[in-house]
Amino acid sequence: MSEVAEKVKAPRESLFSKKNRKLVTDPLTDNNPITIQVLGICSALAITVQVEQAFWMSVSVLFVLVLGNMVISMLRNMIPSRIRIIVQLVVVASLVIIVDLMLAAFVPDVSEKLSVFVGLIITNCIIMGRFEAFAMGNKVGPSLMDGLGNSFGYAWILILVAVVRELFGSGTLWGFPIFGDYIAGDGLYSLGYVNNNMMILPPMALIIVGIIIWVQRARNKALIEDH
Amino acid sequence: MKFLEKIVHKQEPKFAKGGKFEKWNPVFESFMTLAFTPHHTTKKGSHIRDGVDLKRTMVTVIFAMVPALLFGIYNAGHWDYAVEMGDRDIAFWADQGTKIWRGLMIVLPMIIVSYGVGLTIEFIFALRRGHALHEGFLVSGMLIPLVMPADVPLWMVGVATAFAVIIGKEIFGGTGMNILNIALTARAFLFFAYPTSMSGDKVWMSGLEETGGIDGFSGATALGDAASFMTDKMTVAGTEVTSDIAISTFENNYSLMDSMIGMIPGSIGETSFIAIMIGAAILLFTGVGSLRIMASFFLGGWLMGVVLNAVGGNPYFDLGAEYHLMIGGFAFGAVFMATDPVTAAQTNVGKLIYGFLGGVVAILIRVLNPAYPEGVMLAILFMNVMAPIIDHYVVQANVKRRMKRLKTA
Repeated sequence: MSEVAEKVKAPRESLFSKKNRKLVTDPLTDNNPITIQVLGICSALAITVQVEQAFWMSVSVLFVLVLGNMVISMLRNMIPSRIRIIVQLVVVASLVIIVDLMLAAFVPDVSEKLSVFVGLIITNCIIMGRFEAFAMGNKVGPSLMDGLGNSFGYAWILILVAVVRELFGSGTLWGFPIFGDYIAGDGLYSLGYVNNNMMILPPMALIIVGIIIWVQRARNKALIEDH
Repeated sequence: MKFLEKIVHKQEPKFAKGGKFEKWNPVFESFMTLAFTPHHTTKKGSHIRDGVDLKRTMVTVIFAMVPALLFGIYNAGHWDYAVEMGDRDIAFWADQGTKIWRGLMIVLPMIIVSYGVGLTIEFIFALRRGHALHEGFLVSGMLIPLVMPADVPLWMVGVATAFAVIIGKEIFGGTGMNILNIALTARAFLFFAYPTSMSGDKVWMSGLEETGGIDGFSGATALGDAASFMTDKMTVAGTEVTSDIAISTFENNYSLMDSMIGMIPGSIGETSFIAIMIGAAILLFTGVGSLRIMASFFLGGWLMGVVLNAVGGNPYFDLGAEYHLMIGGFAFGAVFMATDPVTAAQTNVGKLIYGFLGGVVAILIRVLNPAYPEGVMLAILFMNVMAPIIDHYVVQANVKRRMKRLKTA
């Protein structure tokens, strides 16, 4: 961020240039925040029991990360590097409070279920990680794209895990019964099928994320780290 | 035999590198070494360090399990028959033919499912990774049915086996690389995933769930009963009783002799102390099982029982220490599970510590947490995780000791 670097500017880039599009597509697959950088695991464990929760969590993270990335990127030349973490925290915290109040106002039942986990977005490593690694050193446009990419990357893993856990753990998707009524015992349940209780327990989320990581690295050997 | 072997060996070039069926070499080789004595010995792997093929070791363990298996078949048949007769007290040794037949109908499908699912997955991994089929599942596949309740649905056995083989073993790199005991992983998976089919008082006898149980017919295991009527309320058959009566009822229902022979309900292989001890003798005689682990496991459990007796509290605390070794899966766990050479501690001192703590934790969980009446499974899994740490400190201590000697000399 030195003055010299600012002066030798590259020619103006379009927001949808190839490089910027890569910022969105990369985090979806080969640089996924959850499966490759292994960040944000805590929320992946906590709110993936139901697809609905995972969806709203993803929306909240999207909001916080995209706006936060842009704000930090705008401020990046004004933030003294010694107190940058505090400034970043203030930005995240104010955005998270906005999200929390919005959820409580418009989708109160979801807000109740997510409870403390919305507040804990503040500590989500993906957000601070992107601020530090990207927004502090890039312009607003690319930061916006980076925020979008990383939140989508976060979201699809979260929702995939939630689909597996809700489908096999509760036999529903977004609250709609898929296999028949569990309590009445019709549909698939009349054949002796039983919901898998372990899917509801947090360790299973770790195992599912682990399997996704496994599949991903088996398909793309370049992702395997050396030891 | 020589004739057969010749025919099979003639086929070998077809499966060798460059042959017609090169891809299927793992399958061919694994069946051949299972059928005939292989001309090479196992060289790699953490578990075996002498000149036997790993498959022979595994087969020895299976032989050791046969007494428990046979008794388990008879026992499962007995309780199935008792449920149908509606009489918990029918003579154990009468109507043997019917009981053996019924037991076979319960246990054989489980064994078939367990081997079928497990070996299929192993074959797929062996083919994809291009190595020979690993032998480890020979033992796990037999252990899994032995730790299941008689009434567990077959598809659950299949799901649990798949989970244990893939998550418990293959992702760590296959046989000899797993951290947790495979059969116990399968059981723990079912225990947490489908608790209604793995615990309670309906699952231990085949048919009890469907008939809904006859009045006064309890299908609970000794541990289940102990946890329910000896801890808080001490209710026997619906009425509250004093601790003396609770204990005497328990001892009446599950006398030491019955538990020793195994005439009590429970998981298929775990009930008979004597049958398990025959297996232990085979393991020890052939040098496959570790005496250190077995003995210290029993010692740990027994000492913990004595300590709990001394502390007191509720009647369960006062249950004789020797009882704890006989009921539930304690003996089975000590002999067949804790001694698993892959997941146990490797050093001699480590084995003692590992076994002793395993026994202690097993009894602790059993008595102090009525929600988990069977503590042995959790205790062994816990110690599996701890084993590398134990080994590390044993080795470090040894290094330190010898360094000191070096300095003083």
